[in-house]
Amino acid sequence: MVGAKFLVLAASLVFAGAALAQTGQLEVTNAWARATPAKAENGVAYLTIRTPTPDRLLSASSPVAKKAELHTMEMAGMVMKMRPLASLDIPGGEPVTLTPGGEHIMLMGLNGPLREGQSFPLTLNFEKAGAREVTVAVEKPGAAGPAPKH
Amino acid sequence: MPRLPLVGAALGGLVILGVGIFLGLPSRDTPRGAAGTLLASAIGGPFHLVDQDGKTVTDADLKGKWSLVYFGYTHCPDACPTALNDISIALDELGPKRSAVRPVFITVDPERDTPDVLKSYVTSFDAPILALTGTPQEIAQAAKGYRVYYAKHPEPGGDYSMDHSSVIYVMDPEGRFTASFTHESSPEEIAGRLKKLLA
Repeated sequence: MVGAKFLVLAASLVFAGAALAQTGQLEVTNAWARATPAKAENGVAYLTIRTPTPDRLLSASSPVAKKAELHTMEMAGMVMKMRPLASLDIPGGEPVTLTPGGEHIMLMGLNGPLREGQSFPLTLNFEKAGAREVTVAVEKPGAAGPAPKH
Repeated sequence: MPRLPLVGAALGGLVILGVGIFLGLPSRDTPRGAAGTLLASAIGGPFHLVDQDGKTVTDADLKGKWSLVYFGYTHCPDACPTALNDISIALDELGPKRSAVRPVFITVDPERDTPDVLKSYVTSFDAPILALTGTPQEIAQAAKGYRVYYAKHPEPGGDYSMDHSSVIYVMDPEGRFTASFTHESSPEEIAGRLKKLLA
């Protein structure tokens, strides 16, 4: 009987969680960056954005670099082209993940190298949700994704 | 001799087909047979560059080992580290044969990528990478040999990025082109192909 009650409680919690997620606000998760060599001028950050209603990422900034720009990688045949993006549309209810080979936040003019294991703040400016500050974890130089959570 | 124009047209068709295969080459392994032999000699060629320690390196120095050749630039934080990291992971899977393969990173941005900058860049990867730079003319010669396209793309504020072919070339110990990978090839794919080649 205790088990059944627990199940009911667990189920209602799940429903409550789903309801919260639907009415919740924009959230940014899994923010990570690649460690950079000592003399590197540029770094890169990736993250996931979720929002219940459509929004648009307009700009980014971080104290670790002179400027942060939204960039995308385009392939033309075998040729890689990196281009700045004016903004990035975030559809409602569908997570957008910035990942190697796609969109990224380019940190230009680093004040110093990004070292593996450290973290730094990054502010994202959204058209509707306004400014959001996230903590970016620095992974290995060639990391393909954020380190698994322990 | 009404047949001659037909033969001529057929030969013309073969030439066009050949060009088509040639242009499509970087996305696949070397085809076997006569065309493959021709293509193998079309990728690579002589170069004269300097490594991250300022030492002269030519195409002759690459012989004796398998080479994985990738053209990129250190101000590229996305595609280039991905390729070099894929190479590092693939090489780790080779076990004792690891030392038979040498990763080579050739910059397409000699203006900013001095030997010092290259040294600091490649030491941050697990694999020991031979990093090469040179004068703009020397880089142009090397890139031409490997059929690598690159071009400066100016950004507002005087900065620039480089558009460049993103291909990992496998060259055998004789310096002959053997296979190629793209940024979409996983480290497992690269390791699998290398294991077969080294067997």
